[in-house]
Amino acid sequence: MTPPTVAPSAGARSRSAAQALDRRDRAWWQDLLARAVVGLGGISAVLFIAAIIVFIASQGFEFAWHRLSWSELLTGARWEPTAKPPSYGAWPLIAGTAWITAVAMAVAVPLSFAAAIYVGEFATGRRREWLKIVIETLAAIPSVVWGVVGLQVMNPLIQRLFDTPVGLNVLNAGIILGLMAAPIMTTLAEDALKAVPDAHREAAEALGATRWQTIRKVVLPHARPGLSAAVLLGIGRAFGETIAVLMASGHRLLPPSSVFDSAATITATIAAELGEAAVDSDHYQALFVLGLVLFCITFTINLLADWLVRGGRGRA
Amino acid sequence: MTAPAPATGPANLVTVRGLSVRYGDHVALQGVDLDVREHEIFGIIGPANAGKTSFLRALNRMDEFVPRMRVDGNVTFAGRDVRSVRNLYALRRQIGVVFPLPVGLPLSIYDNVALGPRLAGTTGRAALDEIVERCLRRAALWDEVKDRLDGLGSLLSGGQQQRLTIARALSQDPSLLLLDEFSIAVDPVTTMRIEEVLKELRRELTIVLVTNLVQQARRLADRTAFFLGGRCVECAATDALFGGGARDQRTNDYLEGRFG
Repeated sequence: MTPPTVAPSAGARSRSAAQALDRRDRAWWQDLLARAVVGLGGISAVLFIAAIIVFIASQGFEFAWHRLSWSELLTGARWEPTAKPPSYGAWPLIAGTAWITAVAMAVAVPLSFAAAIYVGEFATGRRREWLKIVIETLAAIPSVVWGVVGLQVMNPLIQRLFDTPVGLNVLNAGIILGLMAAPIMTTLAEDALKAVPDAHREAAEALGATRWQTIRKVVLPHARPGLSAAVLLGIGRAFGETIAVLMASGHRLLPPSSVFDSAATITATIAAELGEAAVDSDHYQALFVLGLVLFCITFTINLLADWLVRGGRGRA
Repeated sequence: MTAPAPATGPANLVTVRGLSVRYGDHVALQGVDLDVREHEIFGIIGPANAGKTSFLRALNRMDEFVPRMRVDGNVTFAGRDVRSVRNLYALRRQIGVVFPLPVGLPLSIYDNVALGPRLAGTTGRAALDEIVERCLRRAALWDEVKDRLDGLGSLLSGGQQQRLTIARALSQDPSLLLLDEFSIAVDPVTTMRIEEVLKELRRELTIVLVTNLVQQARRLADRTAFFLGGRCVECAATDALFGGGARDQRTNDYLEGRFG
């Protein structure tokens, strides 16, 4: 289109203006493309989740439907899929997972909350920035490295300190898992503290509250939903971790009765046995059912965390 | 150092000598000498960035909130150098502060007022009930909230939250109340109610009132100081200052609204 050399009549101008209303120009196409790409990315998460559920369920479906007793799976005390007759009691694995996660949280919650409070409320300036970088780096250490620490450092240490024959046990795996979960929990907890307005801190301190009183009576209650979410996501992380636990827990297929017992977790069992089980055998399918159980647990935890955070925002 | 108290008249509650406040390289306040007498309302007026808020922060040592803030000079409260007190928290309990924007902590109305006394160790329910009612009455809020003390303080209207903030500031029987442009987020009717409250309070305590409203200082203050560009231009009895007795031409210009 060439620009008119003479001033167009009023009729021509309104006509060209009307045409412009339907023109698909560059920006219009870019917008369409960007929306499509971004939308696809957003929806893909849902697709992946759905695909994984369908895959896991389909792999174990035939066995779970016809031959598996769910009550035996959830409460049976023997996980012996290769024995004759086989026994599919996953209780030792569920108990092992629960024990190790509990120890992990006993380590991670105080550690990460203390770290978050220090970084968020006390550290200032350059030290604060450095600490945040270090904590984020800690979160990026591969889990197999943590496993080696459990195997080579914690194992002899626990043997010597507690005079136990084996140092690969619930305590070892729990501490390793706790240290692994702590950085991400620290970051989330610090975000929750940062969301508390400074005006609230000032108001409390102007009343003569000490720093600690301000944190305990004003900051922490206000940040509670975010802190709960941090704990739950840490639990989810601990539940799902595999290789480090496999290396540090001793992988004993019995329910532990103290932190010095070796134990096995759901994830570690799947990782250890899936390679040996013949495809489509009962054993193979049982492992997928275990995966489904694990998925349900972590899904519930994440949902709960999300609900907590939302509930907190809605209230404040 | 001893504050030179006049032979007659009320004693000084606060003395300020050579006070300067810096934020990094920026000088917010320089060479301020002032006395605040007991049971007076001491008004501070001046345009933005005159150093009014910095002055208040120096009085109860709220400087720790701003990492690069540095306070030099000498400030005494009740005869004690505030920089040498061991228990900073006890100092702050004796100096109530009301900030420009109301801060309704996300606690119940009752807990908002009871927070200070509780932190200081008061636990008896009867004692706390008494404090909460007395402070809410003094802040002219009691009648509006007495039936919903369990409601969230942060859900009150802006004017109510500001009166809640005042009630909270009074909850520990401070001998000095600092008000920093308290009427910024408050409607005129509520402002007048709070002003009435302040006139009443003068009998019990001393008030330093920083205000951006020249007429508010005229209505309330016994003496008024005019701050400009980080300096105290002059300080005089309010009647004299507004009655054309200002010594400095800049003060007259400001009072007559020729700049601001």
